[in-house]
Amino acid sequence: MSEPFSEETRQRAKEIIARYPHGRERSALLPLLHLVQAEEGYVSPAGISFCAELLNLTRAQVAAVATFYTMYKRAPTGDWLISVCTNTMCGVLGGDAVYQTLQEELGVGHDETTPDGVFTLEHAECLAACDYAPVMTVNYEYFDQMRPEQAREIVAALRRGERPQPTRGARLCPLKEMSLQLAGFPDERPEALADGPPGEPSLAGVRLAAEHGIEVPGFDPATPIGRPAPTPAEPGHQAPATVSEPAADRKPAGEPPPAAGGGAEQAGTAVEKGRNEKP
Amino acid sequence: MTSPSPEVLAKLTPVLTKRWLSPDAWRLEVYERLDGYTALRKALSVHPDDLIQLVKDSGLRGRGGAGFPTGMKWGFIPQGDGKPHYLVVNADEGEPGTCKDLPLMMADPHSLIEGAIISSYAVRANRAFIYVRGEAVHAARRLRHAVAEARAAGYLGTNILGSGFDLEIVVHSGAGAYICGEETALLDSLEGYRGQPRLRPPFPATHGLYASPTVVNNVETIATVPYIVLGGAQWFRSMGTEKSPGPKIYSVSGRVNRPGQYECGLGITLRELIELAGGMQEGHELSFWTPGGSSTPMLTAEHLDTPLDFEGMMGAGTMLGTTAVQVFSNQDCPVYATYRWMEFYHHESCGKCTPCREGNYWMKQVLRRILSGKGTHEDLETLLDACDNILGRAFCALGDGATSPVTSSIKYFKQVYLDYIEGRREPWFAPSAEPELVGAYK
Repeated sequence: MSEPFSEETRQRAKEIIARYPHGRERSALLPLLHLVQAEEGYVSPAGISFCAELLNLTRAQVAAVATFYTMYKRAPTGDWLISVCTNTMCGVLGGDAVYQTLQEELGVGHDETTPDGVFTLEHAECLAACDYAPVMTVNYEYFDQMRPEQAREIVAALRRGERPQPTRGARLCPLKEMSLQLAGFPDERPEALADGPPGEPSLAGVRLAAEHGIEVPGFDPATPIGRPAPTPAEPGHQAPATVSEPAADRKPAGEPPPAAGGGAEQAGTAVEKGRNEKP
Repeated sequence: MTSPSPEVLAKLTPVLTKRWLSPDAWRLEVYERLDGYTALRKALSVHPDDLIQLVKDSGLRGRGGAGFPTGMKWGFIPQGDGKPHYLVVNADEGEPGTCKDLPLMMADPHSLIEGAIISSYAVRANRAFIYVRGEAVHAARRLRHAVAEARAAGYLGTNILGSGFDLEIVVHSGAGAYICGEETALLDSLEGYRGQPRLRPPFPATHGLYASPTVVNNVETIATVPYIVLGGAQWFRSMGTEKSPGPKIYSVSGRVNRPGQYECGLGITLRELIELAGGMQEGHELSFWTPGGSSTPMLTAEHLDTPLDFEGMMGAGTMLGTTAVQVFSNQDCPVYATYRWMEFYHHESCGKCTPCREGNYWMKQVLRRILSGKGTHEDLETLLDACDNILGRAFCALGDGATSPVTSSIKYFKQVYLDYIEGRREPWFAPSAEPELVGAYK
């Protein structure tokens, strides 16, 4: 286990780090943790070491971050992570029953994996789809307006080796492949992008407006909005390309910005000054 | 299901949601056909300072919950300071009830990219980050694709459309932490730390990402910018109210016939929203509702006609928040709803400050005891006392928000609490299954 990560993963790690400004490599830590999950299925001690080594951090620093976030799993996780929203709205509209059913169906509780390593179940906090309540996700793809028997059928289909189509979102892929996308790499299935048309709840208002011919009047895209842009050589047109020095572990400190009330005036004044300096 | 009246239908303002009806609007070619990137061309032709002034004039207020004037926020960015500037888009949608940003990013990702480019140009940022909630995988998939398409078309990269302006956008997925929706926690998370809030001041406008001037704006705020650039401030102000101008996506969920996203001028009322949503479901009568997610104190049927704008909600003792209108009926228990929300705040408290970490932990247990039929009258005082010690004493708004469901449910539904405590209401949880609470009053 001395070299648990493939050369491909190491190459990808370099790509991730390169997305962030020089001296700010630590920003790559969250995607790197997704990356190690893409290879191992969870954040193992070796995964912690891998990230620490790449970013020149201690293992404790990496572990402190990895244990903070729900999506980093600390034990091997199933191919299919089923998350049932049991926050208030989904809960009262049937999410509690869906979760109860899946607990019985899979024989596991929250954050537990079936003995065959295929499924992990969890109850999730609000999944930001309350208009589709109750919702669950499989590897984070939405299955909307779930009823217990539908949830049971989705599990049965996955057991049969099928991949049921999510209501919104792309066709399913195993959790490790999804983790690679979470690390910021494109979905390698071009057709997956086109999956998941908006559901009726998303379109409820705009469809109503279209049906009744309602539009916002007075929209003229040629409305004048300001003076011409300065030529590129002019100062203030573009921020400097340099980055400020890394602050290491220090948290930023400095001049307090103006309070909301007086600040507006001050900021306004600064803008005015900037204007006066220009021809 | 009832049909909305013409007067109420006229409250609809399809602006940000309009393209959602075109199923392929996430593709660049379709987006461009639907006037996409025309706002960027127009914006790049004017002085960045004038764009800041335009957004100030429009009266646009942040759509992420706090309602801070966007133009003013942009104006706080010091110009000519020799430091790099950053734009960070807060796409960490997760406030219970809120579900407007994810459909926007899935259906119309380029509108967010276009807004981000214009906003970056205005504040002179050459790097922008979209911090998208980890679980929002399809939104991130479409965003990453949109960034790649925009880059290939010359809308991103160096010398954008020959303007001399350079910008790179990175779509950065979170990893499951509600607290990262708090802007300074988001910045810490983006820097590779635990997502815990920072002490303010200094504010992100001067010491944000990498201790540099940073604008952090919500998805809906940034996606609104191109429409202001095209239509102008006056047109924008033709929607909404004087102090809360513009269109807003209201997320209506719960016991209505047609839950969903309804984009209307700010200031619409719950009565009108319910009408748009096809009325209450058969057999359900409005009992309680949140105007802007669980962190905004709940309201009741007496507030059916209160305008859902920043001022109207403040006047009713609550907040507009994210316009996440969760509608509950007489068949839903306000104490159970509160308990579920407290489980959420307990789980999502980052642990940095004691009032929030400990207070939510205990409040959740006290609520569970009440729902198990083992509550005491002192429990109500304990809950209110805990809220007193969290509100205003927590490190960030998460703790403050956590007290909202507790205090508001006790305010409007004290009798339901008493019914559990005094044995008039069937316990929600079997009392025998509940462990004794250490340190609790007997």
